[in-house]
Amino acid sequence: MADHTLPIPGAITAAPSRGAALLEWLHGWVVTVDHKRLGILYVVYAIFFLLVAGAEALAMRIQLAIPGNHFVGPETYNELFTMHGTTMVFLVGMPILFGFANYLVPLMVGARDMAFPRLNAFSFWLTAFGGLLLYFSFIGGFGLYGMGNAPDVGWFAYAPLTAKAFSPGHNTDYWALSLIVMGFGTLGTAINIIATTLSMRCRGMTLFRMPLFVWLMLVVSGLTLITITPLTAAQIMLLIDRYVGGHFFDTQSGGSAVVWIHFFWIFGHPEVYVLVMPAFGIASEIIPVFSRKAIFGYPAMVAASVGIAFVSLGVWAHHMFTVGMTSVGNAFFVLSTMMVGIPTGIKIFNWLATMWGGKIRFATPMLFATGFLFQFLIAGLTGIMLSVAPWDWQLHNSYFVIAHFHYVLVGGIVFCIFAAIYYWYPKATGRMLSETLGHWHFWLFLIGFHITFDTMHLVGILGMPRSIYTYEADRGWNTLNMIISAGGMIQGIAVLIFAWNLIDSFLHGKEAGNDPWDAWTLEWSTPSPPPAYNFGADPVVRSRRPLWDLKHPNDPDWKYEQ
Amino acid sequence: MQPGRRLCLFRSRLCALCLPCLCAVPALAQGPQATPSILAPASTPAHEIYNLSLFVLLITGSIFAVVAGLLAYVVVRFRARGPDAEHEPPQIYGSTQVELAWTVIPVLIVVVLFLTTARIIFAIQDAPEPKSALDVTVIGHQFWWEFRYPKLNIVTANELHIPASTRGAPEPTYLHLLSADVDHSFWVPQLAGKTDLIPNHPNEMWLDPRAPGLYVGQCAQFCGVEHAKMLIRVYVDTPQQFDSWAENQQRLAVDDSAALAGREVFESQACVNCHTIVGTPAHGTFGPDLTHLMSRATIGAGAAANTPENLHAWIEDPGTFKPGALMPAMQLSNQQVNELVAYLSTLH
Repeated sequence: MADHTLPIPGAITAAPSRGAALLEWLHGWVVTVDHKRLGILYVVYAIFFLLVAGAEALAMRIQLAIPGNHFVGPETYNELFTMHGTTMVFLVGMPILFGFANYLVPLMVGARDMAFPRLNAFSFWLTAFGGLLLYFSFIGGFGLYGMGNAPDVGWFAYAPLTAKAFSPGHNTDYWALSLIVMGFGTLGTAINIIATTLSMRCRGMTLFRMPLFVWLMLVVSGLTLITITPLTAAQIMLLIDRYVGGHFFDTQSGGSAVVWIHFFWIFGHPEVYVLVMPAFGIASEIIPVFSRKAIFGYPAMVAASVGIAFVSLGVWAHHMFTVGMTSVGNAFFVLSTMMVGIPTGIKIFNWLATMWGGKIRFATPMLFATGFLFQFLIAGLTGIMLSVAPWDWQLHNSYFVIAHFHYVLVGGIVFCIFAAIYYWYPKATGRMLSETLGHWHFWLFLIGFHITFDTMHLVGILGMPRSIYTYEADRGWNTLNMIISAGGMIQGIAVLIFAWNLIDSFLHGKEAGNDPWDAWTLEWSTPSPPPAYNFGADPVVRSRRPLWDLKHPNDPDWKYEQ
Repeated sequence: MQPGRRLCLFRSRLCALCLPCLCAVPALAQGPQATPSILAPASTPAHEIYNLSLFVLLITGSIFAVVAGLLAYVVVRFRARGPDAEHEPPQIYGSTQVELAWTVIPVLIVVVLFLTTARIIFAIQDAPEPKSALDVTVIGHQFWWEFRYPKLNIVTANELHIPASTRGAPEPTYLHLLSADVDHSFWVPQLAGKTDLIPNHPNEMWLDPRAPGLYVGQCAQFCGVEHAKMLIRVYVDTPQQFDSWAENQQRLAVDDSAALAGREVFESQACVNCHTIVGTPAHGTFGPDLTHLMSRATIGAGAAANTPENLHAWIEDPGTFKPGALMPAMQLSNQQVNELVAYLSTLH
């Protein structure tokens, strides 16, 4: 066929100039539909915004280090915490986890790409431009003086503070529009992951032989389809209120502020599980490999994941114990919330049992995974405390809550993300990250994390509410806030070491080889980095750990797995 | 090297455990009177929550001790060491009995926690309002509190006075929570948990403090630019103190002829559009009622102490203490401001 003529080797003689080569390289990344390149784009994009949102957090901590500080004014502070929250959830958490899913799911199920590669690229660019739209508000969302004006209504954007009367200008519009755009990108990726897992698995890879990470991403993608929808609906209703004269949330015309709160948390609470379950998946891959044992209770782990997803859809109003629901309503959400603790507990016990009797190697990925286990345990227990509605009447919107969800998001998810980067970076780049820098990163980050967030629980118990740009000097919060801010700086230094490690190891790191960790899932059977087609021949698997079977022909998994 | 590293890990865990306790010491030493700590309850709802929280803390603390202990044991006991590290450990894929055990035990714990919690929810939320109760309507504004006592015909702002409630003659205060604009939340930790003030969605809460004194708190739901300076002061008075306070609040504004110039400034400027001074033509309701301004210790919802100098600075430009407050700087001459301060200072 005419389209498929092969190039004549002799015809290409002139080597492209340096500039042209750079353009070619850039063009290659922009137009790529390769799941691995898109995965890397997601992760790099997310790490960039991690640094941005981290800087926003440090600016807030400088402001709060002493009472009555004037480092930033109230308007700027409100923009900082709104942007920090929105960025961390939508521009860091979601993209980085979907980035890992993009990179790993096809490799783990023995496929050559995602089910819909073009949809995959489309989803990434939607997400990317959604993020740029949000940050464009700094220069484009003119305020009263025609200057840049970022959203300042909190990442939860409770009505009616978002109504035109209380939020003039365009900053709230940028917030709503960018979330809608990113929401569509997320939906595309979720559909893609579901299709890939259900229809692209290699021969022998039954659903119950999939790596747990793939299982978790399947569950998360299903959950995403359900939860992004109410968020998008609420944003559209908000825009209708603001521009077409709707009265959904406009209380001055009889609208309901409470309806927004319901909509937001019907999205917002499952969203927490959308973020944390990929982290569970990462831990479920790393802990067995570094403990040198198969995951304990694989079927229970799968069941617990599906169970968490189901229960998580019925707990949203535990964010609303102070809104004034009936006592029966409050009691219902107490029970449903506490029930999440059961499957979550099963997971923690199964990870411990996986480590039990193993020979644990504490390389950097395992250090982070162990830190995750410890912190996630505490996060779960403070979650139980917050589910006790009367206690929540005290703790809600205090720094105790801030401490609790940062324990989940940083102590749990970010620790797992770091573990994942140390673990899979060799696969993606062909080079190992420096273990020395990795240890510095881990220990500094661990210490900084505990100084900051352990202390935050206390200042919350002493009555400090969230979202305040300054506080009275006589409240007994001064020393604690100084400590919290100091811990934040230590974490900042640790993240800079990490960023340096990423760059330096890319250029000078040790060659990784195919399988540096002596691991068991399919991605480690291909070269590092894997070729565009992933696998030279379609793999065939007989158990959950195909590479274990190869390495131990006398003692293969398929003989023993239930 | 390996024992050293192990010790290191152990030490970090120990630090993580001890740090909170160490931090708590200086914090408590800074004067518990002004600290709105939930650990120092002074009213029945706060007490019930405190007792419940101790019970929950005991259970979660025990879970923590067991699981973190297991984790520490696993990390120390099962780390790879020595030349034998080359051989893989025995592979164990699961155990139904063990997994069943650690499913059933959490279920039992959840049942206990839920029943205890439900009891307290009903006890606090569904407590019937006694006849002797004092009703106060609390209206949240950007960024201040309006307190109305419908039975006593009193309107005041930012500083709530309520009588102490004794066991013999219980006189709890029932707060009816409304909002004039956006969501707010009423939180005075030593007296009760917080309840939100939401437009079109009236809420209710109650307090029955026993010990007279000053209890501080603040708005706990982000409500805009000056959310941080929307402070609450609750004065719990003895019945006699409360009666004399109420009697004073019910009077018309003091009409002191010495401050006539200031009163003229007040009534000829836009002040009257937003503020009320009972007994004068000022009937505005967008800002705090100033009839008995001098009976309050602070101005600007706790943004500054109520002194003549601060009043002067506030009237010149409220942004001095509270950038983003909705009261505009009225561009008055220094002379006018002085007269205004002299007038306001008579409003006892």
